Amino acid sequence: MSSLTVTDEQASATPAKVIQPAWVRIMHWINALAMILMILSGWQIYNASPLFGFSFPREYTLGGWLGGGLLWHFAAMWLLMINGLAYLITGFATGRFRKKLLPITPSGVLHDVRAALTFKLGHDDLTVYNYVQRVLYAGIIVVGVLIVLSGLSMWKPVQLYYLVMLFGDYPTARYVHFFCMAAICAFLVIHVLLALLVPKSLRAMIIGR
Amino acid sequence: MAKRSFLIPGVDKRLLIKDSIKAMPDFTRRRFIAGGASLGALTLLTGCDVVDSSSADTLLAKVSKFNDAVQAFIFNPDALAPTFPESAITKPFPFNAYYDLDDAPEVDGKDWKLEVRGLVDNKKSWTLDELYKLPQVTQITRHICVEGWSAIGSWTGTPLRDFLKLIGADTRAKYVWFQCADKDGYNSPLDMRSALHPQTQMTFRYANEILPRAYGFPMKIRVPTKLGFKNPKYVVSMEVTNDYKGGYWEDQGYNSFSGS
Ligand code: HEM
Repeated sequence: MSSLTVTDEQASATPAKVIQPAWVRIMHWINALAMILMILSGWQIYNASPLFGFSFPREYTLGGWLGGGLLWHFAAMWLLMINGLAYLITGFATGRFRKKLLPITPSGVLHDVRAALTFKLGHDDLTVYNYVQRVLYAGIIVVGVLIVLSGLSMWKPVQLYYLVMLFGDYPTARYVHFFCMAAICAFLVIHVLLALLVPKSLRAMIIGR
Repeated sequence: MAKRSFLIPGVDKRLLIKDSIKAMPDFTRRRFIAGGASLGALTLLTGCDVVDSSSADTLLAKVSKFNDAVQAFIFNPDALAPTFPESAITKPFPFNAYYDLDDAPEVDGKDWKLEVRGLVDNKKSWTLDELYKLPQVTQITRHICVEGWSAIGSWTGTPLRDFLKLIGADTRAKYVWFQCADKDGYNSPLDMRSALHPQTQMTFRYANEILPRAYGFPMKIRVPTKLGFKNPKYVVSMEVTNDYKGGYWEDQGYNSFSGS
């Protein structure tokens, strides 16, 4: 397993080497906050009319009642959408997505997943994402886009009718929205776990180096 | 900030009690939008009280106002809600209110009159027989509830804009405000542009039958471009006005425009 700390040697040898640029760090943490607000208020809304045979525990919902949950949801959505859009634009414009998330090859993914599961995946160079990281990040960006689009189509099913058509109909958009949420929660668990396993990556996401 | 005592980590005991009150259909709950054990989760995550309830409420109310403006801006008066074939109708169509069906208003159609008030030329009240004589159209559209569920129904009645024209309403006014016979007094403002939308309807029939009590006898306002709670049932009066008079759900925190 890779070393868990940044050695003095590494730190002093590359004093100016930025692993995560400031814009990525700022937008990442704004997104994390917005996502959590959206998920907790979303659970409140879900509980008003559950799609499946279960509800989310009240203690993990935001807003106190349906009306409060909706207020949170439709406030945090601006944070999520504006920040997400800025991230997408900057990610494409600076070539970051191309450089850091591509290519993604099936053999590469298979190899790195196997290595990760046997704890043989190295993290010597944090500026290069391995295939597990690439697949998770590219995947969650797509899910992020989908959850916003399905959310917008439920928010304005008449004005944004063409968006609803993308998903089929209103009830289908609702299911898509739910499963995207489930995917984000699953991602979040794995993602935070991995970040804690490799604390120097967490450090880089906070102070850049 | 005062130190709180904890019953469950992150969940304030006093607020938990308040929280349980919220399960009841109670006006007091409007005060706990941001407060209560609702914030327990955030408190749990961060180990501190991140949001001061009252300032969060104020901010959320402001954003909701902003969302009203955004929705009014993107509202296209010509965009029609999708219509469906009869085979798509949801059966049975759900009854939904803040009370049980047993408590739904029982209106006597013979005594009932629709009162018309405010910025209109002709303030005469209308009997059901008079209203039934107006030209009617049928729409099969999706009713979308604020809770997330939806159901397709068939409604027949007179386009509200035709009626507003007939009574000489000032259609430059901002709202048509409806008052209803629901037990705790339901009312709701409808912005004029939505009131003039071609599919907004004074509904007298459901599925080709006289509107049953469950769905708002004698008259409902069907607005397929609004969430269900902005589709008043058991209507007793309408007022054309420039004043924002609030509404039963709107005052409790549901977004006022709540357009589709
Ligand atoms: C609050 C818990 C979170 C923590 C502790 C956290 C931590 C991190 C860390 C340490 C990295 C850099 C890891 C690396 O070098 O591979 C990272 C990157 C990333 N995280 Fe998170 N994260 C959190 C929440 C989220 C959420 C909610 C999302 C999206 C739904 C998300 C999406 C991403 C993406 C897309 C990247 C790659 C960013 C880029 O390179 O442009 N994270 N996160």
